[in-house]
Amino acid sequence: MTLLIKNAKPYGEDAVDLLVDDGVVVEIGSGLTGDETAETLDAGGHVLLPGLVDLHVHLREPGGEESETVETGSHAAALGGFTAVFAMPNTDPVADTAVVVEHVRRRGEEVGLVDVHPVGAVTAGLRGEKLAELGTMAASRAQVRMFSDDGRCVNDPLVMRRALEYASALDVVIAQHAEDHRLTGGAQAHEGAVAARLGLQGWPATAEETVIARDCALAREAGADLHVCHVSSLHSIAVLRQAKAQGVRVSAEVTPHHLLLTDGRLTGYDPVNKVNPPLRTGADTQAMREALAEGVIDVVATDHAPHAQQYKDAEWAAARPGMLGLQTALSVVIHTMVEPGLLDWRGVARVLSERPAEIGRLPDQGRPIAVGEPATFCLVDPEAQWTVRGAALASKAANTPYEGMRLPGAVVATVLRGRITARDGKVVA
Amino acid sequence: MKHLLSVADLDAATATGLLDTAARLKETLLGREVRKLPTLRGRTVVTLFYEDSTRTRVSFEIAGKWMSADTINISAKGSSVSKGESLRDTALTVSAMGADCVIVRHPASGAAHRIAGWADKDAATTGTHTSVVNAGDGTHEHPTQALLDAATLRDSLGSIAGRRIGIVGDVLHSRVARSNVLLLSTLGAEVVLIAPPTLLPTGVAEWPCRVSHHLDAELPALDAVMMLRVQAERMHGGFFPSAREYAIAYGLNENRLGLLPDGAPVLHPGPMVRGMEIAPAVADSANAKVLAQVRNGVHVRMAVLYHLLAGAPE
Repeated sequence: MTLLIKNAKPYGEDAVDLLVDDGVVVEIGSGLTGDETAETLDAGGHVLLPGLVDLHVHLREPGGEESETVETGSHAAALGGFTAVFAMPNTDPVADTAVVVEHVRRRGEEVGLVDVHPVGAVTAGLRGEKLAELGTMAASRAQVRMFSDDGRCVNDPLVMRRALEYASALDVVIAQHAEDHRLTGGAQAHEGAVAARLGLQGWPATAEETVIARDCALAREAGADLHVCHVSSLHSIAVLRQAKAQGVRVSAEVTPHHLLLTDGRLTGYDPVNKVNPPLRTGADTQAMREALAEGVIDVVATDHAPHAQQYKDAEWAAARPGMLGLQTALSVVIHTMVEPGLLDWRGVARVLSERPAEIGRLPDQGRPIAVGEPATFCLVDPEAQWTVRGAALASKAANTPYEGMRLPGAVVATVLRGRITARDGKVVA
Repeated sequence: MKHLLSVADLDAATATGLLDTAARLKETLLGREVRKLPTLRGRTVVTLFYEDSTRTRVSFEIAGKWMSADTINISAKGSSVSKGESLRDTALTVSAMGADCVIVRHPASGAAHRIAGWADKDAATTGTHTSVVNAGDGTHEHPTQALLDAATLRDSLGSIAGRRIGIVGDVLHSRVARSNVLLLSTLGAEVVLIAPPTLLPTGVAEWPCRVSHHLDAELPALDAVMMLRVQAERMHGGFFPSAREYAIAYGLNENRLGLLPDGAPVLHPGPMVRGMEIAPAVADSANAKVLAQVRNGVHVRMAVLYHLLAGAPE
């Protein structure tokens, strides 16, 4: 089974043809021809990137199928240019045992559009009290390499210390949702001028900054790998920069919405803008962009969080936090990072594919576009413009904060190990 | 005016127009044996209250009745609300039954905004318009309280522009404070918030007012002072060491009353916690305008219903 990709520009550089056989790139050159059986993908001179890897999605299965399933989430991922996603464990039941993570992994394989890697819970039931069976989940068929209590913070410093120490022997990474819950009880919005005016209880940035500082110290002593989920505050950047300079093995992600959106959107109380951590200020989004360009923040991860209409069509306090992200992530990165000149296409490949694959320990994702490497790609038309419509997105839910917004860049095709999973905005089943 | 959700939506002319209408209504009804105007005959006004507030609900109900509107009261207890119906479905149901105006009290900030949004969307397809009045949403706003406070200050001081008004107490959790800061500054007053730092929101620096932590230093230069209620749960929430220390630092006692200019009005939205934020002798003094506020409340709410349902008089 061969695939011939004609006229593609790897990393936006010189146009080439690529010949793929059995999921592997076997030849790169110009004027290549495959045999008669070869499938041809005319890349039209568009930009070829390694398939995108998302360290942070919520696929809601099992237990939240009214909002998303592994199948609908896989469709959204493929259409967004992703070839691997990490599914967070805050499902019902919680993914804190081998049984649940193996189920999620198997569902991903059955759908077959994107590699679905279940993230295991750090603590049993996400309760933050005692460790879940990390070793069993890591050794299971699901081969869990990332653990997180995402949605909740592992607040107890002793539990976090034990998690990091225990993880250091397993070659896995602990991903922390950094939020000191003592400082954020009842919080509804970024603590600042907008929340003060709207009468929404504040989520102080210090609740993120202090947990990151504590965790970096704990990771340093444990010699463990720490990943910080969805960094949102400019004050957290200095903490991360200093920890990295000291050799702490810490990585960090930022979401597309924290690169683009601010709490100024909260004025109408539409909960489509409600997310945790909350949208912050323009100064914060600017700091996120600069930190991503600098590498202090390693990757972009979507925190794709589908919510069925009934969970959002409510008063602000009653609505659930979270927003869709898989199909808009690349466009938001182009808009916030590529267009202002903060990242080139090599940089996009780094933050959306190579580094996330390293952090998530995926040996066959985020690879160079080269002969002998897996044919796992995202083909993007950077000139295209499109208008976001939640109802038209593949997710079961429609809670996109970008409704009606015009964004640059369209995914033309997604290729997973030589197989086209999405093409021209349609999933290839 | 389509809805009254926030005083931020009111410019000085609109706010003054409401206060003028309220004053005229008050004048008209003064000393009348039959206090009933035909203005809103055949109109239906529904109060939809998700929090207990006899004071505000009754005030709106009387306002509606004096204008000859049919008033219906729905409280969260004993309705479908407690059966888990969403706010949206409840609000649209009330609207579909023909309510011309829904007056909402809700513990969530922004609830009235949401209901107005849903009602407008519904009106676009059905053509039946429902006005929404925010009667207090979470810790956000309470616009008619600010209007009745402004009416009371106008009665006492003659005018609001150029006056210095102090607002003392739990600003952080107070929708009354938020509405008052906005309305009084719109009307040209200088507002001073006086509270311990723990009871002021982060971001208050961007409000159109000044902030102080020292009540005694501010009192002599104030034209009026507005005391905010300190709710019992705040006393246990670690916002200040004790009720005693709070009363010593921020309570309005007789000595402090003496620091105010003679006859300066003292306002309180009620219910008062006597001995905490206000000493009994102050609450019962000639300076205290608490009952005048309650009286003005009815007229101000009549004016709001009038402007919303019949249009502002030329």
